[in-house]
Amino acid sequence: MSAWILDHLWLIPAVPFAASLIILSLPNAWRRSAAALAVTGQVAALGLSVIAFLPTVQTHGFRTAQNFTWFTFGDNGLRLGFVLDPLAAAMLLMISLVGLCIFVFSIGYMADDKNFVRFFAYLLFFSGAMLGVVIANSLLLLFISWELVGLASYLLIGFWIERPSAAAAAKKAFVTTRIGDMGFFLGMLWLYNRSGTLLFYDGGKGCLESAGLAMLGASATFIALLIFFGAVGKSGQFPLHVWLPDAMEGPTPVSALIHAATMVAAGVFLVARVYPLFSLGAINGVTSSLTVVVWIGVTTALMAALIAIAQADIKRILAYSTVSQLGLMMVSLGVGGVAAGIMHLLAHGFFKALLFLGSGSVIHGCHSEQDIRKMGGLRRFMPVTFLTYAIGMMALSGVPFFFSGGWTKEEILHATAHWPKSPVPYYLMLAGVVLTALYMTRQIIYVFFGNPRAAAKHAHESPRVMTTPLIALALGAILLSVVLTPAWPWLHEYLTGEAVHFEIGRLIQPALFVSLVLVGAGIGVGLWMYRKAGVQDGNRPAQIDPLEYAQPALFRFLENKMWIDELYARTVIAFSWMAARLSDWLDRYFWDGLVRGFGGIGQAFAMFTSGVDERGINAGVDETTVGARGLGRLLSAAHSGQIQIYLGVVAIGMLALLLLYAWLA
Amino acid sequence: MVGVITAIIFIPLLGTLAVCTWPQRNCRVIALIFNAISAACAVGLWRKFDATATGMQFVERHAWIPAINAEYLVGVDGLSLLLVLLTSLIVPFAFLARPVPADSRGFYATMLVMQSALYGTFTAQNFVLWFLFYEMSLIPAFLLIKIWGGENRDRAATKFFLYTFLGSVAMLLSFLGIYFAKGTFDFSALASLGKTGVLTGKVAWLAFAGIFIGLAVKVPLFPFHTWLPDAYQTAPTGVSMVLTGLLSKMGVYGFVRLLLPLFPNEIKIIGPWLLVLALCSIVFAPLAAWAQRDLKRMVAYLSINHLGYCMLALFAVTTSPTVAAKIDVHAALSGVFMQIFNHGITAATLFYFVGLLEQRRGARGIGDFGGLMQRTPLLCGWTSVAMFSSLGLPGLNGFIGEFLIFKGSFAIAASFTAIAVIGLLVTAIVFTRAMQLLFSGPLAESCSAFPDLLRGEKLVVVPVTLLMFAIGIAPQFMFNIFNTTVVQMARLFS
Repeated sequence: MSAWILDHLWLIPAVPFAASLIILSLPNAWRRSAAALAVTGQVAALGLSVIAFLPTVQTHGFRTAQNFTWFTFGDNGLRLGFVLDPLAAAMLLMISLVGLCIFVFSIGYMADDKNFVRFFAYLLFFSGAMLGVVIANSLLLLFISWELVGLASYLLIGFWIERPSAAAAAKKAFVTTRIGDMGFFLGMLWLYNRSGTLLFYDGGKGCLESAGLAMLGASATFIALLIFFGAVGKSGQFPLHVWLPDAMEGPTPVSALIHAATMVAAGVFLVARVYPLFSLGAINGVTSSLTVVVWIGVTTALMAALIAIAQADIKRILAYSTVSQLGLMMVSLGVGGVAAGIMHLLAHGFFKALLFLGSGSVIHGCHSEQDIRKMGGLRRFMPVTFLTYAIGMMALSGVPFFFSGGWTKEEILHATAHWPKSPVPYYLMLAGVVLTALYMTRQIIYVFFGNPRAAAKHAHESPRVMTTPLIALALGAILLSVVLTPAWPWLHEYLTGEAVHFEIGRLIQPALFVSLVLVGAGIGVGLWMYRKAGVQDGNRPAQIDPLEYAQPALFRFLENKMWIDELYARTVIAFSWMAARLSDWLDRYFWDGLVRGFGGIGQAFAMFTSGVDERGINAGVDETTVGARGLGRLLSAAHSGQIQIYLGVVAIGMLALLLLYAWLA
Repeated sequence: MVGVITAIIFIPLLGTLAVCTWPQRNCRVIALIFNAISAACAVGLWRKFDATATGMQFVERHAWIPAINAEYLVGVDGLSLLLVLLTSLIVPFAFLARPVPADSRGFYATMLVMQSALYGTFTAQNFVLWFLFYEMSLIPAFLLIKIWGGENRDRAATKFFLYTFLGSVAMLLSFLGIYFAKGTFDFSALASLGKTGVLTGKVAWLAFAGIFIGLAVKVPLFPFHTWLPDAYQTAPTGVSMVLTGLLSKMGVYGFVRLLLPLFPNEIKIIGPWLLVLALCSIVFAPLAAWAQRDLKRMVAYLSINHLGYCMLALFAVTTSPTVAAKIDVHAALSGVFMQIFNHGITAATLFYFVGLLEQRRGARGIGDFGGLMQRTPLLCGWTSVAMFSSLGLPGLNGFIGEFLIFKGSFAIAASFTAIAVIGLLVTAIVFTRAMQLLFSGPLAESCSAFPDLLRGEKLVVVPVTLLMFAIGIAPQFMFNIFNTTVVQMARLFS
């Protein structure tokens, strides 16, 4: 079985693709078949992923690649391939498992949508492309899948296409990520140019293997940074993060699958996949490209966590939280904690999908209301949603011991603390931990505690088809912590390819207390600050946020997302649009004006020559003819027809001849 | 198979006669039948074509005007065959375009003359014959715009004619110069002379300039492009499809076949400036497209951009200061050939869709539509595929050519290529904006009675879209046509 899958890795993305095509051709009314086929396709992908996972567990540091020639240009082959290693296998499992939960949830969530069939076709298409990203053994194949993932994201953000805001968000997402992709594209070309291959692993000749890396030299830094720019776009890192919060215009399962658990993590995955390019020539684990990764990650993590505090839309809070967590993962990769970053990615996939689906359940229960200030007290109406949401919140905030996110966050902090270059990222990350606990506490209080406000009055628990995935993901968020504990760091060793051993003593470490205190502080401050959120408190009206009341200017700044969108609109976007108008204007008036000018010169020359013709040459001819006519008239006067005059002239002529003759003689 | 090329060239002319004599209402069927015959011959040519043989195949050589060494010499290599196949594809496609022009008999007859000229241009291997066909395509194009065009057709037609005709005159003079110096009009003889430089000194520069301008107008290359938006906008849909799908390719073909082999030294000297012109095509054209309101004009500007990529790769290959690696030259040339074909089908398809929209709405401003996805999901879906193909989405045909062009050019002229990605980005903006304005939002009242794709339209759209997918996913069958030619030409350039 395991030997079979190694030869048929391509089936993993191909099965969802094929199912997607079939669903796309189904009539709109065949909802049940579409849903059944979608779930079947995803289950098949999950089954194949499990089969592929097994050999990677059996052998430490397992890696196999399967390459083939895509096409031949001139006499050069262009080869692509698939790779299976712990990184790919772990990602495959997470994506197909979380994806399956979200598929099931969608059956309930999208039940009333008129384009139900198309929705599942797009979801499966996404699933196939995402699985392709993970098992690609060629930067080109990864790029191709990466772009297809982007297309799926575009289609799904704009799924409710009759809403202008959804279409605008889809366009923004596509264009913003494509800015990053152009960097990725150039990095890929550069890499291809230097190492002569885009295959990652090719029996020692791949671009990530020693022979390939040796050919890169100093260009490795630039190549790595260009590729990282693609990751910045896809993973919503500063300065290209602006599309991700807007992407929440898509249906909530889409936000959970694409814009929380999987696609946005593709950037982090990409950096991990081509990590040898980043770490080439590292001294003490530090290179200039990795340093950039760290600082971008830190900036993003902190900025997004701050913005999340002042948002009122339940999904936007989670979106900024995602941006922040992705920043955290980037920091981890940058400081050398690759395994820690990927572990957090995997854990995050579960608990963030859980939170998004939970928010979907809340929105569903509150009849499409997304403003947390209008909710409240939902724990009584939606107990399952509440409990699972609380688990997700604890995992995200990093509560240790029982929640996956706690351990992975711990590992990241540990790695960051030992970064030789600067201690600043570590302290900023600690601040990030407090902020994360704070905004999640705020959200939970607003949504689930206090008295029900306007939208929560008639709330109801969601149907079983939606709560079951919530329970499954919540279990995942908890159970995953078993393989993440420092006492038995199975996942860590699995990813790094080392042997696992059990040691209970490692469970208790001083750093653990630090983060326990910080998480406690975040939750405590949150509980204190927002204890009366949504109700009147002294001079503060009910609808005003406590922070807004205390610090209106700061709150405004954060609520408006630090005005980064406005800044872009006034600068980059305005400038590009001006360039477009200018190009059009130049074309119509300047370049075409030049042509018309040439035409004009031709015309002027024509008029000049015609003038010369009319007044010069032609005039001369005219004069001559007029003269000739005058002469003719004169002469014709002589032809009077009177014989006496003729005879007279003859007589005069003869007389003159006689006189001439006499004189000459 | 001897004579098959001649047959391909002359069958459309017979079609013209047939269309002229048949009754008006059947003329499209007649035209399509003749198209099918020549297409069948072209496919036969493809099947018998030896993909591994170098040089011209199916050569027919007859004395024509011995006094000036003008021969009737036709033959195909991979590049010619590619263009013959493209012609066989695009012309019938254009016949099926909407809105159908009035007094269509003359229309089809003229189009068939143009098709014959195109076949001739892509297969002639002697300059005099080539030039004859080259000019023979110009007059039908002029008439088609002038008689069947839309608003401002007189102006656009005159501009188109004068522009391209002046270019042709310049080219003819240059070739006369070359002929008096070297005494041959034969392409292959000229190309082998080119290694040492056909001419020297001032004469060479004059000859180069003449040919360059003639071809640059035809492609068109910035800043010789200003006839194009007017012509494409005004021409009836089918003619726009042929103009962008095929006539622009005559320019690129000319560059590959004539200018680059003949003047290697001149191009090396002013190469960086040529690259700048190609970059201007790539960057300014999509920016201008972004600012257009007329959909046809928008697509027209994007054509300039897409051909700019071809020019970028060709100039990069020929101007490299050091000897470029073989793989990069192969990538660039293969990319250009792929792009020629891909742009042909994709741009023609985009014009076809604009035609469908225009026929339904009676207008084609980008603001005249809205919310179409709710009314005509199929039309929107298939149009989106063509748009994604045009913006170079992997999995569709456009990506293959552009990836290879960028791969080859980046290795040789890195900084120019790095700037050129702006074109890829702006193209994406243009199309996502178009999709947003046309397909999304509330359904516009003026579009509320639109029919979705009709059966006849599906029959046209589905095969061409499948072709885009086929090339995007498994492009080897396309590379097989021209790989040997690429290897051979690469030797010429390095």
